[in-house]
Amino acid sequence: MHPEAHTHPDPHAPLTAGARALRIGIGGPVGSGKTALVAALCRTLAADLRLAVVTNDIYTTEDADFLLRNGVLPADRIRAVETGCCPHTAIRDDISANLDACEDLEHDLGPLDLVLVESGGDNLTATFSKGLVDHQIFVVDVAGGDKVPRKGGPGVTTADLLVVNKTDLAPLVGADLSVMARDAAARRGDLPTVFLSLVEDPAATPVADWVRGLVKG
Amino acid sequence: MSTTLLLLADGRFPAGGHAHSGGLEAAVTAGRVRDLETLAAFLDGRLATAGLVAAAFAAAACRGGDTSTLDSEMDARTPSPALRKASRAQGRALLRAGRTLWTLSTVERELHHPVALGVVAAAAGLAPEEAALTAAYGTVTGPASAAVRLLGLDPYATHALVARLARDCDAVARRAARVATVDELPACSAPLLDIGAEAHASWEVRLFAS
Repeated sequence: MHPEAHTHPDPHAPLTAGARALRIGIGGPVGSGKTALVAALCRTLAADLRLAVVTNDIYTTEDADFLLRNGVLPADRIRAVETGCCPHTAIRDDISANLDACEDLEHDLGPLDLVLVESGGDNLTATFSKGLVDHQIFVVDVAGGDKVPRKGGPGVTTADLLVVNKTDLAPLVGADLSVMARDAAARRGDLPTVFLSLVEDPAATPVADWVRGLVKG
Repeated sequence: MSTTLLLLADGRFPAGGHAHSGGLEAAVTAGRVRDLETLAAFLDGRLATAGLVAAAFAAAACRGGDTSTLDSEMDARTPSPALRKASRAQGRALLRAGRTLWTLSTVERELHHPVALGVVAAAAGLAPEEAALTAAYGTVTGPASAAVRLLGLDPYATHALVARLARDCDAVARRAARVATVDELPACSAPLLDIGAEAHASWEVRLFAS
């Protein structure tokens, strides 16, 4: 034992998982529907979870404004982080502004169950640092081409949940969902993939259920 | 000269700097910086004003100066609320990083960036002049890197500008490290940086935090 080591606990040591809200990162290419998914999750989960959102859109308040306009969360539960033209840097290499935003939300609002951190639209290589989030969702859409899962990249291959979004558009863009399912399974091994259409399922049921399982777990 | 100095001065050090343009985004949008020549003038001006002040405060904090006094003095030299906020946000990020790497002498969560830099440099075992050099260097590399991203300037040509500023940077750091008392701390101001920062903070669309 080293009692001295415990005499002066660092008052600003980061809270570890369990002592703070669960943090889930939501990443994916531009236009894949990250913000719409965040809005759907807020609508579905806000009744039984204390939650807040951090956005990293390059246009600063664009995503936050979308969430506000859609009335899914009050303004004090949404923080926007500027990323200096480098959205992937802000969620992976230098996570300080996002950590500040997460901590400020919990400090200002009291204990929270869940903070969703939405990345700015980036490319297939963008993933969240484990120092920032506990779990991450990667969102791609069928209109981006049914080859996306086969291309892989860290987002597709390592995200805890892969969401293939806008399945209602598949017939219109000639995307073969069975090819996407097969390629995703090949790239991801045992990691789960869900297919989603917010037009047909505005509550984003499979994703909301997955998130609930993590928060309660 | 040490590896620790290089670590702390490295643009990849995770202390939040990448999201700040050091006033460059405002200057670009206002048309004051549009090419290498105008960028060179901007960097000259920034080093001689904000750079010297930051370097002197970093050296003073590194030497063990009272952080709360230095923080108030820095407030007095930062009339723009937007710049105060940006400086404190970067100070907080740097203290977060420093606290993880070394044992800091302060329990403050937020300090102005130059003061935080001095505290972290001291904890890392660096000398006041090295803290000053890190501060001066950061005041030019931040906007230079932002210029590459915002204006698409040739990265080699932009680094050549920084290389030409090396002797000026060294001189600013030496001068800053010679400041012995709080009363001698410089107060060079750059009004356009203050005005630009206030305009920038009011924009609906911006790419950098400051």
